[in-house]
Amino acid sequence: MMLLSVEGLTIEAGGRRPILADVSLTVGRGEIVGLVGESGSGKSTLARAVLRLLPQHATVSGRVLVSGDDVLTMGPDALRDLRAGQVSMIYQDPRSSLNPVRRVGDFLTERMVLTLGRPKAEARARALELLAAVGLREPERHMRQYPHELSGGMLQRVVIAAALAADPALLLADEATSALDVTTQAETLALLRRVQAERELGMVFITHDLHLAAAFCDRVNVLYAGTIVESRPAKELFDDPRHPYTAGLLACTPELDDPRPIRPIPGRPPSLDDTFTGCPFAPRCPHATGACEEWRPRPVTVSGGSAACRLVEA
Amino acid sequence: MAVRKLAGLVATLLATSFVIFGASYAAPGDPVTFLAGGKENLTPEYLAAIRAQYHLDDPFLVQYARWLGDAVTGDLGRSMQYNDQVFDLMMARLPSTLGLVAYAAVLFVVFGVALGALAAVRGGRTDSAVVAGTTLATSVPSFVTAAVLISLFGVQLGWFPVMGGGSLWHLTLPAVTLALGALAIISRVTRQAMIEQRELDHVTVARASGLAERLIVTRHVFRGALGPIVTMCGLVTAGMLAGTVVVETAFSLNGIGSLLVKAINTHDFPVTQAVMLFMVVAYIVVTTLVELLQPLIDPRVRRPA
Repeated sequence: MMLLSVEGLTIEAGGRRPILADVSLTVGRGEIVGLVGESGSGKSTLARAVLRLLPQHATVSGRVLVSGDDVLTMGPDALRDLRAGQVSMIYQDPRSSLNPVRRVGDFLTERMVLTLGRPKAEARARALELLAAVGLREPERHMRQYPHELSGGMLQRVVIAAALAADPALLLADEATSALDVTTQAETLALLRRVQAERELGMVFITHDLHLAAAFCDRVNVLYAGTIVESRPAKELFDDPRHPYTAGLLACTPELDDPRPIRPIPGRPPSLDDTFTGCPFAPRCPHATGACEEWRPRPVTVSGGSAACRLVEA
Repeated sequence: MAVRKLAGLVATLLATSFVIFGASYAAPGDPVTFLAGGKENLTPEYLAAIRAQYHLDDPFLVQYARWLGDAVTGDLGRSMQYNDQVFDLMMARLPSTLGLVAYAAVLFVVFGVALGALAAVRGGRTDSAVVAGTTLATSVPSFVTAAVLISLFGVQLGWFPVMGGGSLWHLTLPAVTLALGALAIISRVTRQAMIEQRELDHVTVARASGLAERLIVTRHVFRGALGPIVTMCGLVTAGMLAGTVVVETAFSLNGIGSLLVKAINTHDFPVTQAVMLFMVVAYIVVTTLVELLQPLIDPRVRRPA
């Protein structure tokens, strides 16, 4: 049984097209699965759906199974257990993830004491242990500090420590390193990788940086306009992108020793009010033909995974 | 830091004392007429004697300096009407007014914050009902509220005394009248601050960690909204200290407010000046207290020791 299995998830919230349309993906124990896309592609919505944090007035269909239980239909107690104990999320901006008027220690022990009902002393000991485990040198002092007294990198370590507090099986990292400066970013990535390997966690790693995803993840899903356009093992996807959007994303970033010119993808990412009869990427695609405008994208099997492109199918 | 703050307070007090003294000096009407006890006594010699007794012929600034010097040493002068020490007059009336304001403050803080929180948490119809109800309660003038409360609870039902002070029982209807006027602003500030807090990321983070909704509201949403709520409660309380006149009159309470009105009507300027000075000092004291509370509420405004 897969740790996380999303099956045909569609989320609509008032726009002219769904935020997510028929998305399926799986994450196994100890596996890091990347979710890559431009802003508005639906990647954060997907991660939040795993915790049933849905947009207001959303209509949802499909299933989100965590260890076989459907998150979307479970009762309030089961949902609370899931959020508190099985799945943890790490967010983009550590500074806004913590309540600015409460101590770091409060943030770390809140879930253990108030949701899981552990004794305070035990929670405190565990919090100190976790702070040390994420590489903070003065756990005692940090417990008493307020968030504004710590740097962004330290705070993201605190957030990771809190995410590990309840021994989750699945970690959702939503742009967890995007707001950090480069050296801190590298340290945080190394830390995430270490705790993931040590605890054999499943991880969904969300980023807009395809190169980073390819280097960090086992498998990468590329999202465009609410659908997965390509899903393949990281190395294969990086070496031989099959969907024109994936290829376009890779060509966007300059690289050393690469004589090819930087080619930004023309046009802009579609908004929720843009609707499509055919392939949503067709208006921006360098290879699109007239037939693409009518072709309903569906996953086509390619080496190691799938790509949703008519040209691959042909 | 503390020194600068203190200097600021002194400067404010000095400036307001000057305005207060200047205003009563410039006010129309001559106190001498009143002091003389009627027009028939107005012989030039008698007037001159009174003017000399009260130093009314000195230049304005000299009068101001003398008054300020006396006030600083606790001598607020003698009332012309009651022929009594102004200080004693005020001390006799202070308990009524302070009790009234404190009682009203407890009422509007408890009910205003509770209603605002209810509106923010429940939303929908509860929200509309709270906003409409508190707006209505505030837009009715306090003398009308007083009249309604007196006729309903005082006369018809006979639950509360309708005039006089001295006990919590007596102060209930006046305090309710006073508090109703502040209900809308407090509940609205509470509601708005809580709605703003609710949208913040760290609240979603707490929710994503499985924290119960009740605890999210108390530990995060309300806790975060506390700053503006406390500030507004302080400002409204401070304003009330100077705004009890109507309610005191409606319920025949012998407080500072009614003392001020009588003093103004009789050109009893030592009393007028002293009461106004008291109101300014009370306002400054309350707002300073609120300011001192802020670092306890929000650690971000604390300075490194």
